[in-house]
Amino acid sequence: MDRGAILLKVAAPAVFTLALFLLWELVCAVFDVPLTILPAPSDIFEALWQYRAPILDNSWVTLWTTLAGFLIATLFGLGLGIAIGWHRAVYAGIYPVLVGFNSIPKVAVVPVLILWFGLGEIPAVLTAFLISFFPIAVNVATGLATTEPELEDVLRALGASKLDIMKKVGIPRSLPYFFGSLKVAITLAFVGAVVSETVGANKGLGKLMLDAQASFQVPIVFAGLLVLAVLGILLYAATAIVETRFTGWAFRGQANR
Amino acid sequence: MAYGRGAAAACVIEDVSLEIAHGEFIAVVGPSGCGKSSLMKLISGLHPPLAGAFSIEGRPVSGPLKSVGMAFQNSSLLPWRSALDNVLLPLEIVQPFRSDFRKDRKKHARRAEELLGSVGLAGFTHKFPWELSGGMQQRASICRALIHEPEILMLDEPFGALDAFTREELWCTLRDIQAARKVTVMLVTHDLREAVFLADTVYVMSNRPGRILRRCEVNIARPRDLDVTYTQPFQDIVHELRALIGGRH
Repeated sequence: MDRGAILLKVAAPAVFTLALFLLWELVCAVFDVPLTILPAPSDIFEALWQYRAPILDNSWVTLWTTLAGFLIATLFGLGLGIAIGWHRAVYAGIYPVLVGFNSIPKVAVVPVLILWFGLGEIPAVLTAFLISFFPIAVNVATGLATTEPELEDVLRALGASKLDIMKKVGIPRSLPYFFGSLKVAITLAFVGAVVSETVGANKGLGKLMLDAQASFQVPIVFAGLLVLAVLGILLYAATAIVETRFTGWAFRGQANR
Repeated sequence: MAYGRGAAAACVIEDVSLEIAHGEFIAVVGPSGCGKSSLMKLISGLHPPLAGAFSIEGRPVSGPLKSVGMAFQNSSLLPWRSALDNVLLPLEIVQPFRSDFRKDRKKHARRAEELLGSVGLAGFTHKFPWELSGGMQQRASICRALIHEPEILMLDEPFGALDAFTREELWCTLRDIQAARKVTVMLVTHDLREAVFLADTVYVMSNRPGRILRRCEVNIARPRDLDVTYTQPFQDIVHELRALIGGRH
């Protein structure tokens, strides 16, 4: 990366974020917005520092439940996607059920999970999993379904089995789709974990914000939101790095530009 | 022979019989949609026939033949593999190479490098397909079709997507490969000059349903130079074949 690219990738978002916070601070000061409605960034950062210990503690819970759910979703989604892409009958059978399942708001599932597993981290992990496996499965299946028949013909002409074709063409071909879906899935998993904590949990950022809201400590609620946003960006960036690292060949257009 | 499905089934090829001797270079030419590619896919076993039978050396063809190397109009190189790894692909599939592939990888890689070198890609073995020009990709694709030493090399309009100069260059590459390795080649093309320049025998197919109209032996001495294409005997053969194919002028 040359200096211009670094400037664009690091400095531009930093300047933009700073400007956003300044504008926010200005609006709060000029219109004298009460602390219980919209705290200014300075109030939020103050709360963030003051309550750093519980915030850190709860962030850690949210982070690991998100990652655990995401990991299960990745394995399950990959397997399911390959199964769907493998055969038309599996596709026809599973896909409608999958779409139906995905249409259920996961908030509605959390009480059931709590009923089964009790208050704790397990419902958060499972909600994160349930909400995030769908895009992975659909993307992997799409990658397999859109494999150019010419590429498969090359192998079929050599007498390759269906499994060979899957290993040599299908799966490598759908990896860009897979990694692309991870970026969507990681943010969804995060949403799932926090939603579950908000409905019922004894730890986590969602729970912390719920408690703060109940006692009108609005700056803490916003501090929680801020931490969520930062964690979201970090998780997204991590998967994006993994993506370019493993499927560089699919990004050739950008590398040449 | 018909293939396709249900209402879309079409009788594509009728009563076609081809003879190919070991080490012979044959070309099949014909108008667009006459079933040239279908014929090739049937021979290689890529598409099973819906009606009719198909046999090679008396044995019916049921699945893809093991001893066929194929190259198509687009090079179909796998974009996530380097040129070298693309050429090595058949060895990961076809027996007997497959079982010892990991163990013999170095040996195979050297062979693949030599093969790529022989078609002028010596310095490009570790380039990815998108880093190669169209002509280079097609060269690599032909190497891939040859690496497992197939009994027959089947080329389905391999130079159709290339510009005229690159195409002539690749004719010479193919000519040299065939001369050096004595490999049996079946070339499907709609370029009559290409067919006459490269082949020992040219088969002309008719419009659908495809039949063999004429078997034409090209009695031009080898090795052939590109200059041959401008001589009178060459032109005469091309002209004769063109008349057979017909169409509106």
